[in-house]
Amino acid sequence: MDFLVSHFAEILFYILAALAVLGSVGVITLKNPVNAALSLLGTFFIVAVLFVLQHAEFLAAVQVMVYAGGIMVLFLFVIMLVSVKGLKTQAAFLSPLVPVAIIGAILVGALITSAVLLGVFATGDGGPEALQMVDGAVLGNTEAVGMVLYTKYLVPFEVVSVVLLVAMIGAIVFGRKDRFIEEQEGEVGS
Amino acid sequence: MEHYVPILVYALVAISFPIIALLMAKVVRAGSPDPVKAEPYECGVKTNTVAFDTRFSIRYYLIAVLFVIFDVETIFLFPWAVSFDRLALFGFIEMMVFLAILLVGYVYAWRRGALEWA
Repeated sequence: MDFLVSHFAEILFYILAALAVLGSVGVITLKNPVNAALSLLGTFFIVAVLFVLQHAEFLAAVQVMVYAGGIMVLFLFVIMLVSVKGLKTQAAFLSPLVPVAIIGAILVGALITSAVLLGVFATGDGGPEALQMVDGAVLGNTEAVGMVLYTKYLVPFEVVSVVLLVAMIGAIVFGRKDRFIEEQEGEVGS
Repeated sequence: MEHYVPILVYALVAISFPIIALLMAKVVRAGSPDPVKAEPYECGVKTNTVAFDTRFSIRYYLIAVLFVIFDVETIFLFPWAVSFDRLALFGFIEMMVFLAILLVGYVYAWRRGALEWA
């Protein structure tokens, strides 16, 4: 019982990590695309809890808002936009699986070995304090992120707005049929 | 970690509520299965296509992409609002520049009629 209490975070991490792996395996193996999408949604939520375990509360909120909220909507729209009924999923997917599985197993083995050798398994080497400190002052995680993002990483932050602008204009240009744009220009010009 | 106990309780209640409700309904309701009842409901009209066969207009996707972009913008507003007092005027001007650049995209979307449905 003492072991359970003292290693609560680690035990929780391993359970959630296993669930996250199961969820992502479900994404690529489930035949029904809606089931695969729901499996992905579950994986997103588990990853959010993993972020909370690492005391990255802001990232957890971003994970839920952007991935489980926004990206998930995009995936579901893609499923509805294409006719998924006629797709041959199984045959196309299974044939290259064996070499991929071997490479994946080697990479995971290397990752675990290096993690064990470096002694940073499960919790990482940065303590939770690192995510809450700015210039020696202890803040909440979101506040610490804000202080660093809007002072030290000022230029990357402003560049993000340009990247988002490009994505927005690109989506509008690609998403509209040519006749739509011509009609609209006619209306604006008149 | 103990701060998350209310969230854990909340999550457990939220998950168990639909499960209990569905189980209760299964126990209580009268069972008379009918293939017509299992069909997707289309406002009372007889369904013409299988649910997976229906393809949606690309315009839905455009709305979804715009939603994700403004969603990410909101995410950036959040840590700024939390540390607003510490960042003071510098942070305010910084965020206004950020919003001004995205406003260009918003005006473009508006002018192109991407926000209109017809």
